[in-house]
Amino acid sequence: MDMIARYMGFELKNPLVPSASPLSHSVDSIRRLEDAGAAAVVMYSLFEEQITLESFYIDYYLNHGTDSYAESLNYFPDMESYNIGPDDYLKLISRAKEKVDIPIIGSLNGISTGGWIDYAALIEDAGADALEMNVYYIPTNTFLTGEEVEYIYTDILREVKKIVSIPVAVKLSPYFSSLPNMARKLADAGADALVLFNRFYQPDLDLETLEVVPRLVLSNSNELRLPLSWVAILYGRVGVDLAITTGVHTFEDALKGLMAGASVVMMASELLKNGLGRISEILTEMERWMEEHEYAAVAQMTGSMSQINVAEPAAFERANYMKMLASYRS
Amino acid sequence: MKREQVTIDGNEAAAFVSYKTNEVVAIYPITPSSPMGEYADERASLGEKNIWGMTPLVREMQSEGGAAGTIHGALQTGALTATFTASQGLLLMIPNMFKIAGELTSTVFHIAARSVATHALSIFGDHSDVMAARSAGWAMLFANSVQEVMDFALISQAATLKSRVPFLHIFDGFRTSHEVMKIEKLTDDDIRALIETETVRAHRQRALTPDRPVMRGTAQNPDVFFQSRERANSFYLQTPEIVQQVMDKFALAVDRRYRLFDYIGAVDADRVIVMMGSGCETVEETVRHLNSEGEKAGLVKVRLYRPFSVAHLLAAIPKTARVIAALDRTKEPGSAGEPLYQDVITAVSESVMNGNSPFTAMPRVIGGRYGLASKEFTPAMVKGIFDEMKRDAPKNHFTVGIRDDVTHTSIDYDSDFILEASDTVRAVFWGLGADGTVSANKNSIKIIGEKTDNYAQGYFVYDSKKAGAVTISHLRFGPRPIRSACLIQQANFVAVHQFDFLEKYDALELAEEGATFLLNCPYPVTEVWDRLPRSVQEQIIAKRLKLYAINAYAVAKENGMGARINTIMQTCFFAISGVLPREEAIAKIKESIEKTYGKRGAAIVRQNFQAVDAALSHLYEIPVPSKVTSQFDIASGVPRDAPDFVKNITCSILSGKGDQLPVSAMPVDGTYPTDTARWEKRNIAQEVPVWESDLCIQCGKCVYVCPHSTIRAKIYNQSALTDAPANFKHMPAKWRELTDHLYTIQVAVEDCTGCRLCVEVCPAKDKSQVSRKAINMREQRPIREQERENWEYFLRLPEISKSGPLKFNTVKNVQFLQPLFEFSGACAGCGETPYIRLLTQLFGDRAVIANATGCSSIYGGNLPTTPYTINREGRGPAWSNSLFEDNAEFGLGMRLALDHQRAFARELVHRHRDQIGRALADQLLSADQTTEQSIVAMRACVEALRAKVDGGKDTDIRDLMAVCDALVERSVWIVGGDGWAYDIGYGGLDHVLASGQNVNVLVLDTEVYSNTGGQASKATPLGAVAKFASGGKPNRKKDLGLTAMRYGDVYIAQVAMGANESQTIKAFLEAEAHKGPSMIIAYSQCIAHGIDMSKGMHHQKLAVDSGHWPLYRYNPQIAGEGKNPFQLDSNDPVIPLKDYIYTEGRYRILLHSDPSAAKLLLEHAEQSVRERWQAYKHLASSNAECGVGE
Repeated sequence: MDMIARYMGFELKNPLVPSASPLSHSVDSIRRLEDAGAAAVVMYSLFEEQITLESFYIDYYLNHGTDSYAESLNYFPDMESYNIGPDDYLKLISRAKEKVDIPIIGSLNGISTGGWIDYAALIEDAGADALEMNVYYIPTNTFLTGEEVEYIYTDILREVKKIVSIPVAVKLSPYFSSLPNMARKLADAGADALVLFNRFYQPDLDLETLEVVPRLVLSNSNELRLPLSWVAILYGRVGVDLAITTGVHTFEDALKGLMAGASVVMMASELLKNGLGRISEILTEMERWMEEHEYAAVAQMTGSMSQINVAEPAAFERANYMKMLASYRS
Repeated sequence: MKREQVTIDGNEAAAFVSYKTNEVVAIYPITPSSPMGEYADERASLGEKNIWGMTPLVREMQSEGGAAGTIHGALQTGALTATFTASQGLLLMIPNMFKIAGELTSTVFHIAARSVATHALSIFGDHSDVMAARSAGWAMLFANSVQEVMDFALISQAATLKSRVPFLHIFDGFRTSHEVMKIEKLTDDDIRALIETETVRAHRQRALTPDRPVMRGTAQNPDVFFQSRERANSFYLQTPEIVQQVMDKFALAVDRRYRLFDYIGAVDADRVIVMMGSGCETVEETVRHLNSEGEKAGLVKVRLYRPFSVAHLLAAIPKTARVIAALDRTKEPGSAGEPLYQDVITAVSESVMNGNSPFTAMPRVIGGRYGLASKEFTPAMVKGIFDEMKRDAPKNHFTVGIRDDVTHTSIDYDSDFILEASDTVRAVFWGLGADGTVSANKNSIKIIGEKTDNYAQGYFVYDSKKAGAVTISHLRFGPRPIRSACLIQQANFVAVHQFDFLEKYDALELAEEGATFLLNCPYPVTEVWDRLPRSVQEQIIAKRLKLYAINAYAVAKENGMGARINTIMQTCFFAISGVLPREEAIAKIKESIEKTYGKRGAAIVRQNFQAVDAALSHLYEIPVPSKVTSQFDIASGVPRDAPDFVKNITCSILSGKGDQLPVSAMPVDGTYPTDTARWEKRNIAQEVPVWESDLCIQCGKCVYVCPHSTIRAKIYNQSALTDAPANFKHMPAKWRELTDHLYTIQVAVEDCTGCRLCVEVCPAKDKSQVSRKAINMREQRPIREQERENWEYFLRLPEISKSGPLKFNTVKNVQFLQPLFEFSGACAGCGETPYIRLLTQLFGDRAVIANATGCSSIYGGNLPTTPYTINREGRGPAWSNSLFEDNAEFGLGMRLALDHQRAFARELVHRHRDQIGRALADQLLSADQTTEQSIVAMRACVEALRAKVDGGKDTDIRDLMAVCDALVERSVWIVGGDGWAYDIGYGGLDHVLASGQNVNVLVLDTEVYSNTGGQASKATPLGAVAKFASGGKPNRKKDLGLTAMRYGDVYIAQVAMGANESQTIKAFLEAEAHKGPSMIIAYSQCIAHGIDMSKGMHHQKLAVDSGHWPLYRYNPQIAGEGKNPFQLDSNDPVIPLKDYIYTEGRYRILLHSDPSAAKLLLEHAEQSVRERWQAYKHLASSNAECGVGE
C-alpha cells in the first residue's frame, strides 16, 4: 500500500503527524513517536508569551523588596544564568534532529512581531525542517475590525517568511468571517500550508469560588466535523497544503480528513489518552480499509471528497444545514 | 602596569582578595559583613578558583561561634582559612580567637566594623566590636577606603602568614563596606607576588597530622602557663616590622605606599589628630584645606593598631606637635579614656619617661569620641576639633558631632564649614525602596567610574522601615580622587524620584545655589510648578535652581514597567548632568541594562531599552516663575494630642532631625515608651482597602490576615453611634449573643501599606459583578481626609470586653479584640506580623515578650516608632530584645523572675493575711486565673489590695506593693525567626523547652534568614534556592517540632493561618493555657520566597495542601486523659508538591538555573514530604501510650 503523503514539500512515509503537544517534550519521546510510525513531528509550542512572562516574573521577584532596608538589600543569590529564553527548546530540536529521521516541525506561539522574527530564525537555525506558526490571537477590543485582525496574521507571516527559508505552516482558528478569503490572503502572504484548527483556550467558571479557571479538555471525534468541512471547502482553492489537527482519533477520522483534502492529519488527544501505539494501530487499520475498498495510495484519496470533487457541492453549504434540521424534525 | 579599574564596594574588595587567598571559608550572616560571605559562596558555587587553582570550600555555619570553631579546626589541620563578620558576630568568635592567637595561627578575619548592641542594637558602623576583641592577641589593620580595603586584605594575608600572628582586617561598616568606589583591582599576579610560597608551606606544615602527631590545646597548671604565654612575645614584637616589609613589597608591586602610621599635613604641625578608619579620609581632606590656609594641622592615620608600635607612632608625629587629639570611634564607659587615646598617651608618656621623646616639648594629648553607629563625621567637625586644640585648655574626653547638654563633653563646630570640591559633581537622589533608584545609581557610578576618566563614589542611605522605605543616594564624581567619607553636604544635583516626598521631607535642603533639580512628577508640565509645596517653590527661587520634570510613572506604565522608574530617571540624570555625551550615555546605559538584566531574559532588556528611548522625549525643563504661588506646605508632622515624648523626640527623628537632638533628650538606659507607631502617619499606600458593607458577611478574615493591623472591626451597641461622621459605615451585627449591635470595618488608610492581603482573602463577592468584593482597593488620596476622620471616630467607639458574652476562639470573634501591635515597619504583606498581632489580641495585656534579633526585632523595635501599643487601661505587651542567640534563655529569665515575684507576693499576702483581710487574701492566693474573666477579677483583687494597704510603712507591705502585680497571670512569649530557633539559638531553645517552665515560644518560620537578606537556615526546605544554597538546598528542613515533641511535656503546634485560621487560634489558646513550655511554629511567607506577597495566604494553603507544611498540635495535656497527644489537623496532600513549590521564585529559579538539579531535588523533596507525612499519620494514629514523648 502506498501510504506516502506530501506536505509542504516533504515526502512523508504516511499522512499521520503528531501535533504540538507534551509528547514532543523530550528526545526520547520524539524517538518513540518515530518508532510508533509518525511521519513527522510538530514540536510542542514555544510560547513567546510564556518566555516573556517568565522573564518578567524573575525580574519581579529579584527586584521585589530590594534596596529598601540596609540589612537586606536583596533576597536572592546572584545566579550565573537563569536560562530565560528558548534555549532548551532549541537544544531539543537540535538533539531531536540528530536522533530521528522524520521531519521536525518547530511550533511557535507568539504575540509580537519582534518575538516571531527572533524565535522563528532561532528555530530554523536549530535545525527544524519546517515551522508551524500558531497565531493565537483573541480580539477583545470592540473597535478592532476583522480586517485589522486578518492583517495581524498576514503581517506576521510576511515578516517570518522574509527571515526563514524553511516552509511555514499557519495554524488557524475557525473564527474568521470569511475563512476562504483569509486562507487566500495567507497563501498570498507565503504560507506553505494551513493547519485547521487550533483549539482556543476556553476557560471554565467555578460556581463555588466564582472564579474563572483553566480547564484543558482533550478533543473527541465529534470535533472533527469543523475542520473537515473547512478543509473540504478550501481544498483546491487556495494553492497551499492543508492539515487537519482537531478531532482525529480513529482510522475513520484520518481517512475522512484525507478525503476532505488534508495532506496530513494530526493527532494529540488520542495519543495522550491511549498511547503512542495508536499511530501504528490507526495506520494498520487505514491500510486494511484501503485494501478492502481497493485504494492503492493515499494520494488517490486526498481531496476526493472535497467540495470541488463531490457530486453535491451544496452539501457543504446552506442546503446541508437545512437537511440536518429536517432530519431532526422527522 | 595598567590594572583594571573597577567600581565596587568595600565588602567586595575584601572578599575578592580573601577568596583568592584562602581554601576554607566558614561564614555566618551578620550586617554589614554578610555580602562578603555571599560573595565567597557565589564564587564558589560558580567554581571560581583561588590563586592555587582550587575552588575554596565555603560553609555557612549555625552561628559565628560555630564559624569560629570551624575555622579553628581548619587552621589546625593546615588550610588557609578565613571568615567575615561584625559586631556581636565578632564577639561570639572571641573565645576561639584567643585560642587561634595563642597557637600562633595565620588567618585573617575581615571585619566590617559595627556597633555592639548596648542600650540598643545598631547595625551601623563604629569600632566598638573590634575594640572589644583587643585582648585576644590579634593584629589589627585598619583600612580607611575601598581601595585600602583591597590592598590591606592582601597585606594582612601576607603578613599573617609571615608573622604567624592572626589578623583582623578592619574597615568601617557601611561607610566603607557599602560605599561604592572606583578603585584599581589587584591582579592574581599582584596577589601571588605578595603571598610568599614558603610561608604558605610553613602554615601547611604546622597542620595536625597522624603522620607526625603532636597535640595542641593542652590544659596547663600554674607552673608553666604564664611562661608559655610570654613565649610568644617575640612574634608580636616582630609583627610591625613584618607588616612594614609587606607594605614596602606591596609598594614595589603595586605602587601604592603605606606605612604603619601614615602622616598627612604640615611638617611642622602644632596640632595633630591620630585616628583610624574612614574618618581619616575626611580629616585628610580637611587638613589639606587647612594647610592651604596656613594652618599647621596634621593627621596620623593608624594603620596597624595591634601590635601597637610606639616607635613607629612617635616617628610619624612631627616633633613640633603641641597638641595631639586621639579620636576613638568607640566608647568605653568608666575607662580612663578610650583605647586609642590611652595608647597614644602611653606612647608619648613613655617616651618622655624614658628620655627619648622626639617632641620639642611634651605635647598635650586629648581624647575624643566621634561617629558612634555611623554618626556623620564631617569636615566641619574636624575643623571644630582643630579649633578646640588651639585653645589654652582644650577639652579632653570630648565628643564631637552631638550636643551633650548633660555632662557637657561635646565641642562646638561651625556646621556651615563645608568642603565640597567645586569640580566634583555631587548628586543626591531621593528614591523609594525597590523603585530601582539605588540600583540605577549603582549602575551610574559604575558607568562613570569605568567608562570615563572620572573618579566616582556612591553611598546609599536606607530607611528604618521595610515597607515604603525612603532611600537617599549620594553620588560624587569628578576629575580628582574623592576622599570625602561623609554624606554630601552641598549638592549641585538633586533628584526626587517620588513626588510625595516633597510633602514630607525637605528634599532640597542640600541643594546649593544654581543646582539642578530633577523631579518625577505625575502631573502635566503646565501644572508642575503649582503642585510644589510652598517651601519647595521658595527654595527653587531663592537658590536659583534649574528645574526639570518628567512623568516617569507614565513612561514606565507605557512600557509595562509598573513602578520601576530606574532606567528612565537614570537616562534623565545623564542627559541633564552632561557627564557623557548624550548618545554615548544612552549607549552605556543600555550596555549596563544588558549586563544587569540580560540574564533575566530578552523581554526585560527590551522593555528597559524602550523606557530609555522614551525617557528624553518626556523630560522638560520647567520655567521657574519669580513668585511663590503654592498655598500648602510640607506637613509639620507634630500631632497636637501626642504625648510629649512623641512631640519632642519621636517627631524630630521622623522629620530627619534626629541628629539635632541633644543628649538630654535621650532616655538614660534605652527604655522607650511603646504606643508610638500610631503617631507616624506614613501615607505610603497608593491604594487602600475600602469596605463595602452591603456585601460583607462579617467573617473577620480581612482583619485576621492584616499584617499591619490597619483593618479593624468593632461591634458596638447602636446607642454608641452618636455624632458619627457623615460617611462612617456600619451595618447590623450578626451575632446572636449581641442583639441591637452594629458592626463596622474601618481601615486606617494613612497606616495601610496597600498589601492587598485582605482583598485576596475576602470571600464575599457581588453576585452581579464578581470582581467587586466586600473589600476592594481604591486610590488612597481622594479618601484620605474622610477616612482619617472615620478612623478617629472608630477608635473612640467602645472596645469589646474580654469578659463579655463572646468567646474569643474563632476568627469571627477574635476580629474584635484590640491589636496591641499595629503599624509596624514590616514589609507589605509580611507573613510574620499577623501572628504577632494575634498574640497581642489574645494575651497582649499581660504579655512579656522576649524577641530574638531579626525581622521581628526590627519591625518590632527599630526607632523612630514602635508598633507595640496599649489598651485603654494602659496595659500592653512589655517587650525586649537581648541578642540573636540567647532569646529562649532571655525569655526563661523573665519567666523565672515573674515566678519568683509571684511567689514572693504570695508569701507576703500569706504573712499579712489579717491586715489584708482574709477574704481578699484568699482570693489573691487561690483564685482561678484560667479564663479572661478570672484574670480581670484578679486584677480587681490586686487593685483592692493596693487600695487597702498601699502607703503602709512596713517593709513587707512596701515589698508587696512592688511585686503584687505579679499575682496576675503573666504570659511570657519568646518570639523569633527560624534563623534563631533552628540555628543560632537552637541550643538555648532546646534547653528552655526541656526546662518544664511555663514559657510560650513563637517561631515565625520564613524558612530563611529574612532580615539579613535571604540566607539559608536549617529551616530552608530541600530544593529551595537561598543565599548560601544557590544550587538549591540539598538536604531536608529540620523537623523542629518533632524533635521537641520527644520531651513529652512540651506543647507543640505547627500552624499556617492562611490554610486553617481556627487551628491557628486553637494553637495559640492551647499553648498559652499549657502550664509547661509550648512552641508554635508558624508558616510565614516572606519576600525571600519570591512570591506575589498579596497572595501570601494562598501560598500558605498550597504549602499545607501539598503536604510541605502539615498542620498539627501535640498537646501533652490530653495525653494525661489517655488520648493521643498528637493530632494532625491537615488532610492528606491533595496537590502534588510541584504545584506548590513552582509557584514560588525560590524554587522556580532553580528550574531555570539548573533544571537537572531542580528535577533531582524535586524528587528528593517529594520523597521527604511523603515520608514525613507517613510518619505523622503514624503518630496521629498511635495510642497515647506509644506517643512520641514516651
